[in-house]
Amino acid sequence: MAAPDPSGGNPSPTRSHTISLYVNDRPGVLVRVAQVFARRGYNIESLVVSAADQSGFSRMTITSSGDPEILEQIIKQLAKLVDVVHAVDHTGDHSYETEIALVKVACALDSRTELLQIAEHYSAKVVDYGADSLMLRVYGSSEKLDAVIELLRPYGLKELVRSGKIVMARGVRST
Amino acid sequence: MTPATNQEARNGPPSGAEKLVQSLEREGVEYIFGLSGGAAMPIFDALVDSKIRLVLTRHEQGATHMADGYARATGRPGVVLVTSGPGATNTVTGLLTAHMDSAPLIVICGQTITSMLGKDAFQEADVTGITYPVVKHSYLVKDPEQIPRVVREAFYLATSGRPGPVLIDLPKDVTTAPCRAPFADRVDLPGYRVPGRADPRSIRAAADLLRGSRRPLLYVGHGAVISGAGKAVVRLAEKLRAPLVNTLLGKGAADETHPLHLGMFGMHGTAYANKALEHCDLVMSIGGRWDDRVTGKVDEFCVNARKIHVDIDAAEFNKIVRPDVCIHGDARLAIEDLIPLVDMLDTDDWLRQVGRWRRQYPLKYSKRGGLHAQHVLDRLQQLVQGQAVITADVGQHQMWAAQFCLATTNRNWITTGGAGTMGFGFPAAIGAQLGRPDTKVWAVVGDGGFQMTQCELATAAVQRLPVKCLIINNNYLGMVRQWQELFFDNRLSGVDLEGNPDFVKLAEAYGIKALRIRRAADVDRRLREAHEYDDGPCVVVAEVVKEENVYPMWPAGAPVSQLLIDPPKHKLEKPVGST
Repeated sequence: MAAPDPSGGNPSPTRSHTISLYVNDRPGVLVRVAQVFARRGYNIESLVVSAADQSGFSRMTITSSGDPEILEQIIKQLAKLVDVVHAVDHTGDHSYETEIALVKVACALDSRTELLQIAEHYSAKVVDYGADSLMLRVYGSSEKLDAVIELLRPYGLKELVRSGKIVMARGVRST
Repeated sequence: MTPATNQEARNGPPSGAEKLVQSLEREGVEYIFGLSGGAAMPIFDALVDSKIRLVLTRHEQGATHMADGYARATGRPGVVLVTSGPGATNTVTGLLTAHMDSAPLIVICGQTITSMLGKDAFQEADVTGITYPVVKHSYLVKDPEQIPRVVREAFYLATSGRPGPVLIDLPKDVTTAPCRAPFADRVDLPGYRVPGRADPRSIRAAADLLRGSRRPLLYVGHGAVISGAGKAVVRLAEKLRAPLVNTLLGKGAADETHPLHLGMFGMHGTAYANKALEHCDLVMSIGGRWDDRVTGKVDEFCVNARKIHVDIDAAEFNKIVRPDVCIHGDARLAIEDLIPLVDMLDTDDWLRQVGRWRRQYPLKYSKRGGLHAQHVLDRLQQLVQGQAVITADVGQHQMWAAQFCLATTNRNWITTGGAGTMGFGFPAAIGAQLGRPDTKVWAVVGDGGFQMTQCELATAAVQRLPVKCLIINNNYLGMVRQWQELFFDNRLSGVDLEGNPDFVKLAEAYGIKALRIRRAADVDRRLREAHEYDDGPCVVVAEVVKEENVYPMWPAGAPVSQLLIDPPKHKLEKPVGST
């Protein structure tokens, strides 16, 4: 089954961008960042914020898609924010990206074996075994998550929570 | 001996408010423009013991424009102090105005006590939240010990790099609590870098591009005013033998009476400046941001010309146009670095052509059939000869003032460009006069805009400022009326300002000298009388013909080539551009 691939293969000018930000850990930073997107009518598809290794700073990973010229402008405007130490667009630079999903899927007795096979194939862990549902934890590229979710959907998706993508540049390059 | 200040009487550490005011004194603040209220009372109280002069305005919007005018006239930041809630929200228009035009402003707001934040307390407004999009940066201070650091950072941010407004929100319990923190001298802002000298490679690339040009044009923007690049720009123009144009906000950076200067270009710029833009083979923006008022239809803007863009803000590169060379840094330093790398260009034909356009399409106006605004402004130019600060409001009078009142000196022309804020001109002139007491200051305003901040007549009167306010009164919102005439079949809607007061009587009610001009023959005499009157403000009301249009013009969104030098003889399509 082909999963939708938001990041490549399509020559359309709209593409998904993965942007990492290193920011001051201060109130209002998230609003300032979000407004750079909102002002231009751009949707933030995923957003992950957490503490950085240095105290007083946070990391944000944001995915958004749209016209590359406007995204270039968005990244420059992000970099201009006083609370943003740096903003890097990791699109197409082969950085390592990953995401976690928790999936609660309906699990009738006769479909349990199939579901467990799917889970095993995708290295998904069963983290909750209910009477009529399973909770799976799966991680990997967003495309892999899309694929496994589409496979599980026919069984009856009860709930889905995705963490949003996180990214780290490889080797000597910095995120 | 009685203690000189409250703090000495207490014999303890300063309060947050006292530390704030002392920090402002250390920043060299002369004036604070503001209006009091409950949450700001501790700060107003601390001002009693300060040498900083409080200019009490009649509305907070006026305070922001005064501070803005002060900042633009002096190059030093303007400081505003208001109370919480509506006091703070009344500064939003002034913040937008300053933000759009990169003016250094510090807006200090009182706020409800920290324990009541977010609980809909009396006069509480989420002011940092409301103002995020219109500030360069902002602070909600919850710890009095942070006050010295925040003030230092705010001034540094407001004035460095691309300047802009910074807002400081101060809860009342923070300003009343003691502050033991020392004054801050250094700033630690890891996310903020101030560009200085541009990369020499970009300067060399610009020199290479210039070398091949036969029809160069230097386009001077507000960045040249802010960085004081004007003299260097003129030297560059002279060395290259290249003509100059400036934007509405770039006026004054380079002397507009210089033989190579073609004045303002753009939507209502001179025809010869716009012809030069249309036909140049290279256009170099020096601190301009290719605003829609100067590019017209971007797809058809200078398609055959190479483009060089000098800007201190990297986010301006590739925003509107894709330049061949981007020079990221301070405009003055960049031009000074560029001058030694360029030689005289072969521009004889080009300068001859530009000269022909200048003779062929001069600015013109009718002197018949009543008093014309252009005539009044033309005579104002003859009177002040660039030696006065002129502030302009927004509308037809602003464009005519920009066309006729040539600026020869940096920071002698002040108007609201990006935001186009009606009500800016008069309070900005008050601020400019306070900052430049030895220079004559004229506000040129329309009857519409003037009424938005006319309450500041009281402020000007109390301060006994010799500021002059020329009201170009056509009893219309004239620019909108012009557009309705040209593009909406003259279906006038919401533009007739019937009910205007008698502005002479209005000024006199404030104890302000006021003069009226009804006839062209009175113009010189009345303007001179106002110009020479220094014993307080003077309002001059020019009762001009009601239905006059600004030309040249191009409809918003049209290419530069569709410039209307004269009134059109056919019906125009509705414009496609922004406004």
